[in-house]
Amino acid sequence: MAPRLAEGALGSVAGPRHARWTKESAKFLGTDYNEMIGVTSDRVVGWLEGLGRIALLFVETVRSILSQRLDGRSLTQQLYFIGVKSQSVVLVTGAFTGMVLCAQTFFQFHKVKMDTATLAVVSVAMGSELGPVLTALMVAGRVGAAMAAELGTMRVTEQIDALRTLATHPVDYLVVPRVLASVSALPLLTAESIAVGILAAYTVGTTLLGIDHAYAWHNMLKYTQPQHILMGIIKAVVFAAVLALVSCFKGMNCREGAEGVGRATTEAVVYSSITILVSNFFLTLFLTRLLGA
Amino acid sequence: MIEVRQLKKSFGPQRVLDGVDLRVEKGESVVIIGRSGGGKSILLKHLIGLLSPESGDVLIEGQSIAQMNERQLLKVRRMFGMLFQGAALFDSLTVSENVAFVLRRERKLTEAEIARRVDEALLMVDLAGTQNKKPAELSGGMRKRVGLARAIIYQPQIVLYDEPTTGLDPIVADSIDQLIVRVREQLAVTTVAVTHDMRSARRIAQRILMLHLGRIHFNGTPDEIFQSKDPLVYRFVNGISDPKEAHF
Repeated sequence: MAPRLAEGALGSVAGPRHARWTKESAKFLGTDYNEMIGVTSDRVVGWLEGLGRIALLFVETVRSILSQRLDGRSLTQQLYFIGVKSQSVVLVTGAFTGMVLCAQTFFQFHKVKMDTATLAVVSVAMGSELGPVLTALMVAGRVGAAMAAELGTMRVTEQIDALRTLATHPVDYLVVPRVLASVSALPLLTAESIAVGILAAYTVGTTLLGIDHAYAWHNMLKYTQPQHILMGIIKAVVFAAVLALVSCFKGMNCREGAEGVGRATTEAVVYSSITILVSNFFLTLFLTRLLGA
Repeated sequence: MIEVRQLKKSFGPQRVLDGVDLRVEKGESVVIIGRSGGGKSILLKHLIGLLSPESGDVLIEGQSIAQMNERQLLKVRRMFGMLFQGAALFDSLTVSENVAFVLRRERKLTEAEIARRVDEALLMVDLAGTQNKKPAELSGGMRKRVGLARAIIYQPQIVLYDEPTTGLDPIVADSIDQLIVRVREQLAVTTVAVTHDMRSARRIAQRILMLHLGRIHFNGTPDEIFQSKDPLVYRFVNGISDPKEAHF
């Protein structure tokens, strides 16, 4: 009865204007609503399809690593590009993250007279969270974008098709060296970032903020476990594989033209970064339980 | 040597190939002509397995490649060399590294032997002395020559050409045509080229196929196609547009 009453009441008051309103409402709730569901479901299906194709690329990459001969020259070039050329970015990021974390932690801890615990917090946070995540994000921005742009350009200029006609699997020649170089270089860069971050924090804490050297050192060693650093290194390996695979996938599947390459580059960085941040949460839960950190 | 049976391919709602049948014999030189955007390059890419058909089959030496995976196709592609429309040279490599690409990947020859083979291939395409140049330093015609040297250095049995003279001036286009004929005669390879350049088609073809609306509309010798009274063929050969149709 309630709908009938409402229809009658509104009809008598609003007249023809109400009739138009209900028609538009029906259109909104009917056709457009269905269209909205259609678009959303297409996006979800597309996203799941992309995820599946990245998983297949991962399987093909592992298969290639295990069964095909590695191109040492290409691997060396990628190691140089990813490992050596990322040094400055990673060092600056690590150092200033450690310094600001130290300062902020000190300002809060100072209120409750816990100054000497500052560096313990910094070292644990840098080792298990900030070191691997920020290093991976910086490398994703620098290296992931370059990988997607390079492979995207190769795709639109038919260089990837040319590779295939030259009896060379693109995964063997393009993806494997990049994934292996990333997986080798990123843990080292992460270790470097952690070390520099802690060193910078220690310097700032003991010189600028006046934390006692001995207590700061003692507490840092007491509360920082090897598991924290190990967790950071394991995360770095996972992040490296993620960023290399996502970037290669985006580049090799980019659309035609300059716009396609540009979009692939942007998507490579955005999707790599999001995947790194989301997977970090689950990795923390999983590795904390596994390593007892 | 190459056989295509009822090949169909669509991209979204657009059907590009709609039941193509063709056969290329060993040592033959076949040119596929047709309007721009008519599916010639798509057909060529099916012959080497760069694209997989929606339905139908492609047989190379009697072996069906339509259902092969990428790794199986790599072995079949060893029989092919392909020259791409834009040459598709690897930007980051020098001319000699581009030409030597396959030989270095195979790791069967010494560096001295590879260098000798590269010199020979570059000499064949009249580009001796360009070994250390980068692709960006080359003209369009030179890039195509390097692409051809890269395609023939491992002595394939079939060479595919995708629009070999597009974007080149008539003099350079003629030299590329002469080169294609020379490669065919000296290496005794089967040649399949796609083009809409009728002068080029006449020079290099022993047989011409015309692709129209996703099917082979005409199949004959160059003389037959140039004397054809079929309105569609006549208009294409003589470059006469139909005022009733929109041409883009």
